[in-house]
Amino acid sequence: MNLDALTPIFVSTVVAATPLIYAALGELVTEKAGVLNLGVEGMMLVGAVVGFIVGLSSGSLVLGYLAAACAGVALSLVFGFLTITLQANQVATGLALTLFGAGLSAFVGRSYAGQPIDGAGPLHIPLLSDIPVIGPLLFSFNLLVYGSIALYFAVQWFLNRSHAGLKLRAIGEAPSVSHAIGHPVLKTRYFAVMFGGACSGIAGAYLSTALTPMWVEGMSSGRGWIALALVVFATWKPLRVLLGAYLFGGVTVLQLYAQGFGLHVPSEFLSMLPYLATIVVLVIICRDPKTILLNQPASLGKAFHPDA
Amino acid sequence: MQAATLKPLRLALRGITKRYPGVVANDNVDLSVQPGEIHALMGENGAGKSTLMKIVYGVTRPDAGTIEWEGERVTIDSPAKARSLGIGMVFQHFSLFETLTVAENIALALDHRDPPSTLDARIIEVSERYGLPVDPRRLVHSMSVGERQRVEIVRCLLQAPRLLIMDEPTSVLTPQAVQKLFGTLRRLALEGISILYISHKLDEIRELCDTATVLRGGRLSGTATPRNEDNAGLARLMIGSDLSVCQLAPKTPGEIMLELTNMSLGSKDPFGTHLRNIDLRVRRGEIVGIAGVSGNGQKELMAALSGEMLSAYAGAVRLAGQPVGLLGPAQRRRLGLSFVPEERLGRGAVPAMCLADNALLTAAQSPGMLRIGMVQRAAARRFAQQVIADFKVKCGGDQSAASSLSGGNLQKFIVGRETILNPQLMIAAQPTWGVDVGASQMIRQALIDLRDRDVAVLVVSEELDELFSICDRIVVIAQGRLSPSRVPAETSVEEIGSWMSGGFINGNESAAEVADAAA
Repeated sequence: MNLDALTPIFVSTVVAATPLIYAALGELVTEKAGVLNLGVEGMMLVGAVVGFIVGLSSGSLVLGYLAAACAGVALSLVFGFLTITLQANQVATGLALTLFGAGLSAFVGRSYAGQPIDGAGPLHIPLLSDIPVIGPLLFSFNLLVYGSIALYFAVQWFLNRSHAGLKLRAIGEAPSVSHAIGHPVLKTRYFAVMFGGACSGIAGAYLSTALTPMWVEGMSSGRGWIALALVVFATWKPLRVLLGAYLFGGVTVLQLYAQGFGLHVPSEFLSMLPYLATIVVLVIICRDPKTILLNQPASLGKAFHPDA
Repeated sequence: MQAATLKPLRLALRGITKRYPGVVANDNVDLSVQPGEIHALMGENGAGKSTLMKIVYGVTRPDAGTIEWEGERVTIDSPAKARSLGIGMVFQHFSLFETLTVAENIALALDHRDPPSTLDARIIEVSERYGLPVDPRRLVHSMSVGERQRVEIVRCLLQAPRLLIMDEPTSVLTPQAVQKLFGTLRRLALEGISILYISHKLDEIRELCDTATVLRGGRLSGTATPRNEDNAGLARLMIGSDLSVCQLAPKTPGEIMLELTNMSLGSKDPFGTHLRNIDLRVRRGEIVGIAGVSGNGQKELMAALSGEMLSAYAGAVRLAGQPVGLLGPAQRRRLGLSFVPEERLGRGAVPAMCLADNALLTAAQSPGMLRIGMVQRAAARRFAQQVIADFKVKCGGDQSAASSLSGGNLQKFIVGRETILNPQLMIAAQPTWGVDVGASQMIRQALIDLRDRDVAVLVVSEELDELFSICDRIVVIAQGRLSPSRVPAETSVEEIGSWMSGGFINGNESAAEVADAAA
């Protein structure tokens, strides 16, 4: 196999991994603040349909992404109000949010199903995109792919270098202690949940405008759940989330090629390979209980009453 | 002091009242602190000291009463407000984030931000100046209670407070370190910083404090000049009656109950202490005390004895001659081991469960508790009620949650539970840590009573006074090694104190002594 054949594999790997990066990094920040939002799948679906509709009717994909992010935030605010203000159970509320998002997106998107849209094309960067080999390899992606890399660096910096990120981690660790020091626990958790919502919304919009430029009911096909699993198995470390997402993307692409070559394995089995491979590899990486102990937010999923 | 009439009071509380459902935690309490004064706040557990301090630090708000800060009436509605006024607090129940480093913990409480590099330098500078060594890069979860307290104190000092509230600060320090801390506090007071010193250690209060305010049952029971009082007088103010004294009648110990032979054990915790060549014998009818600054292997030794951490081979730990090194906690308990762990909530008791259920946790094996595998609720409740009655545990009854009890009362309950189980060997880790005088006395007496009933007792404590008053023999743990044993009458606080900083670990001579002690 020569380099020319590898380039499309690499490119489609990155393309397939990008929605997971958005959704998982958003969820990672949410969980670091101590909130477990299982509604990622639902928020992705709503983001997908809103991004598609706004992108199609306005003709601007960027507007579509903004709308998708807002839709994700709106949905996450419902979750936030229920779990942070009203102290509802986070697991149950998150599951409900996923069901709600799936139903809502199907309802809103009924008349848009199957319509074509001009998907996000590669960004042409002067000079860089024209470099032979490296150009097509690294500088032929759409806007959101670069955005996902930028998001990774931003999250990494925020959590580990900034004071606000330290406060957020502290709140996920011991909200009552943070409260005693005088940090705004509920406000911070709201922001973290909203950030997760925005990221999930964009991840959804990426599916319907870039990965497969059309709206299909239930098109996230479990990626929201994989994103959730990624966060846990990546032991809440952004770099591992990134690697896990690319692994998922890589196996997705490889199994497509394998199907194309007419391998005598049932295609259902090949389709489940990416999910299987990602989880197996991450489970092996995170076997060390110490890493989990040090990185898992201690108050994850627990409600906090400031007055108790 | 003479300036008191000219300068306004640093802090004045007037008529502070705070009610919780069912209890009045503070009832019309007054308190005034002069600038540069070391002021003791004394009282038993549940006397309302913590509530009063929470009000000063802005964690809770009073139902009635006023607070004046440097002559001006203020409302302290948040800890941030308290800090901005210049009030710093070292908590008794530490307010540290376990998975963060020391430097991160300190950065979280500082309102102004420092880049990590200069913060590290400032932490080291302050910690060295005041003799409180801490490593800014270490993770808090791997630190002992004593080390965590140092972090808390350093964190407060970095905020340059004008009033420093210290809640039981010396309970985890060596005698030498206590003297060093007192030096620090006196220097701070000279610099004009007022110190509110919460304690029930009468000797310390008499040595350190200028004035004392005593609370009893939520009310002001009096003020005193500690230097002019004796311990009995202060104790009377605090508990309202005279204090009984522990009596240790001479007794010849019986056969060996617990035996550790040349036990070494690596710690799984990357920052833990490895146990090295531990030799220890505890006989029936004697109390052996293990002194030492926390973080020197106590945690690991306790885990190895209770069975939470298994030894390398069965013979490393022997209970009444039987090798138990590979047996778990439940099996060792069945052989007559009772264990009072250092952490009351979470290890000694389940916070959210009621006392009766907590009693069942270790008493389930005793007769009558289970019938064909089913819990006998009535028996469990009777058992809990017996513990509550025998040990005068102040609580709402056997159905109240463990977390609703004050530290001292919960400790009485746990010690009582373990005592009533008729152990052959009792191991107690820091049994009176953060427990008031009355309850401490009771817990110590319970241990002595066990000894007099021919039970072998092993006590780990950081309070030397306690060990000297109740132990037949004292050994010291330092850097994961155990010193030779000493009879209290034949040693001194100075010798034990120097051993606590590793003084007995010196070449071959001490190795010979260790062998000597094991014999």
